[in-house]
Amino acid sequence: MWIKPEDLTVSQVQILNEAGDLVGEAPNLTSAQLIDMYRYMVIARAYDERVVRLQRQGRVGTYAPFSGQEAAQVGSAFALEKSDWVFPSYREVPALWVHGIPLENSLLYTMGHVHGARLPEGVNAFPVQIIIAGQTTQAMGSALASHYLGDKLVSLCYLGDGATSQGDFHESLNFASVWKLPAIYLIQNNQWAISMPRTRQSGSQTLAQKGLAYGIPGIQVDGNDVLAVYQVTQEAVARARAGEGPSIIEAVTFRMGPHTTSDDPTRYRSAQELEDWKQKDPIVRFKRYLLNEKLWDDGKEAALLQEAAEQIEQVVKAAEGKPKGTLEESFDYVYESLTPRLREQKAAVAKKEVR
Amino acid sequence: MAVINMIEAINQALAGELEHDERVLILGEDVGHAGGVFRATDGLQARFGERRVIDTPLAESAIIGASVGLAARGLRPVAEIQFLGFIYETMDQLASQAARMRLRTAGRIHLPMVVRSPYGGGVRTPELHSDSLEGLFLHSPGIKVVMPSSPYDAKGLLIAAIRDPDPVLFLEPMKLYRAFKEEVPEDSYTVEIGKAKVVQEGEDLTLITWGAAAPVATAAAKAWQDKHGGSIEVIDLRTIVPMDEEAIVKSVEKTGRAMIVHEAVKSGGAGAEVAAIISEKCMFSLLAPILRVTGFDTPYPAFSVEDDWLPNATRITAAIQEMLSYR
Repeated sequence: MWIKPEDLTVSQVQILNEAGDLVGEAPNLTSAQLIDMYRYMVIARAYDERVVRLQRQGRVGTYAPFSGQEAAQVGSAFALEKSDWVFPSYREVPALWVHGIPLENSLLYTMGHVHGARLPEGVNAFPVQIIIAGQTTQAMGSALASHYLGDKLVSLCYLGDGATSQGDFHESLNFASVWKLPAIYLIQNNQWAISMPRTRQSGSQTLAQKGLAYGIPGIQVDGNDVLAVYQVTQEAVARARAGEGPSIIEAVTFRMGPHTTSDDPTRYRSAQELEDWKQKDPIVRFKRYLLNEKLWDDGKEAALLQEAAEQIEQVVKAAEGKPKGTLEESFDYVYESLTPRLREQKAAVAKKEVR
Repeated sequence: MAVINMIEAINQALAGELEHDERVLILGEDVGHAGGVFRATDGLQARFGERRVIDTPLAESAIIGASVGLAARGLRPVAEIQFLGFIYETMDQLASQAARMRLRTAGRIHLPMVVRSPYGGGVRTPELHSDSLEGLFLHSPGIKVVMPSSPYDAKGLLIAAIRDPDPVLFLEPMKLYRAFKEEVPEDSYTVEIGKAKVVQEGEDLTLITWGAAAPVATAAAKAWQDKHGGSIEVIDLRTIVPMDEEAIVKSVEKTGRAMIVHEAVKSGGAGAEVAAIISEKCMFSLLAPILRVTGFDTPYPAFSVEDDWLPNATRITAAIQEMLSYR
């Protein structure tokens, strides 16, 4: 009998609908945790908008905005312990922030600073990945390390819809499944890989099912519903920690801005599509829920927006105030110790005697 | 001291490091139960278990990506890529990922990982198994490239590579795996990465070589001396990155003549880098042009003609004769 993709039914997990009403069982989170999630999302959005403006002013380099994907990132990162490992792509500022990487670090990276990808000690994350899906096999290797060490740490790998086309993603899934590794592949399906729509990226009905051929369970979740993303990630984390192997989560979301500040999405994407997704804004939805639950009010909202603006101002000030770093220093980070040739070149740079 | 061949020396090095450091693990295709296609890892899984010596599914990029993840977590993976011709599958993970991690993170994450791979011609392999691709990695700062040509060096350099804090590509000339035996200490020892070896001293010509080509070049130099007299200094670089410039310069300043013998294709190879070092640093000592005897600038040919493609005694001897004709 033929195995037919159309026989597969995938239903999307949703806990909060677009109006912010509970349509599923709310996860076990305290009021303080819920408010904390909301604060991350709101401040992250403000950061994103600010960095895009900084780029227009020529104060930072090329930037990949994440607006629209806050729920997918904050919800998933919230399900981790501090000691777990995160493998981000370049659009994961909110997830990294939740996991302990200050916004200032992310901004320094966007500013092209020598220390921009130097993560603080004690934060278990890789630097952001530029090569699409390059992080997937590394996350698998980290999960293999957990397996080897028996430390129960989970490796959460973020990737996008485009990355599911890369060979590394598939190789990684295969290895992780064979060895039942504690790895989670969180696909933020934001509908567009630069100009390529999801429908032309893959012939699969869903990206959640990408692991089935490898023996990996998957789930599709409303990626703009922070509670649902948190809930399913929590389940995947529990499976991973229990030694039950890897999981795939497809968080269906939308990149409201361009691919990067060098891209103009109006060339390939309709205004209507953007408008439709604005109606599903993850922050608006979560705010409605918090208002309904009497956990939030207009006064708190105004105070938060004010706080966000101030906090981001401080981040920008701190990052711009940081000494630029030197080329000389780069020679120190090629190998543990300088090779004779690097020593020679570094000395020439220092004396400005470069040929 | 036992007299052993290179494959036995490599096996000893791996066993010693597995024994001595719980962080060391081996992964690759067929490295466990089968002991590797050349038996480099023979018996290691039986001795150290499946946890330490891991048979992977068949995907080279994932083997290296996994090694990056393992090394970042404090382990010391020794990966095997079954033949160097397959290394292109891993180029992103090696050149863009592993090699750059220390720089990208300004020293926060470093990767103590080794990638072992057999390479080199003369053994009638199928296509795409024999290429010498060290030049690709000479051009990828952040990764070291080690290419021993003897059992003693192979053991000492492999142990040094496993203990090195940075990624090391360790290239094993498959033709030399069982070509000859020599005395190798049974205990662990290291040979410093980045130091060339003067195989024989000489006054008239410096012959710089490494890896699979080294024994061929050394034999040709000895044969020339036996027949025609003269004295040729032979330097086995042993490490391509970092390259022992000091040894090259010191020798060429003494002899005034330099030729390079390697198996890789000529254009843009490591030999071109050696020639550039000599022209930058020894120009005024030179009595003759710098010659290279290398593979030709074709893709590696079908094995029925590989002996004519590889730098062989005839071609090396002709170059020696030409070099010494300059006065």
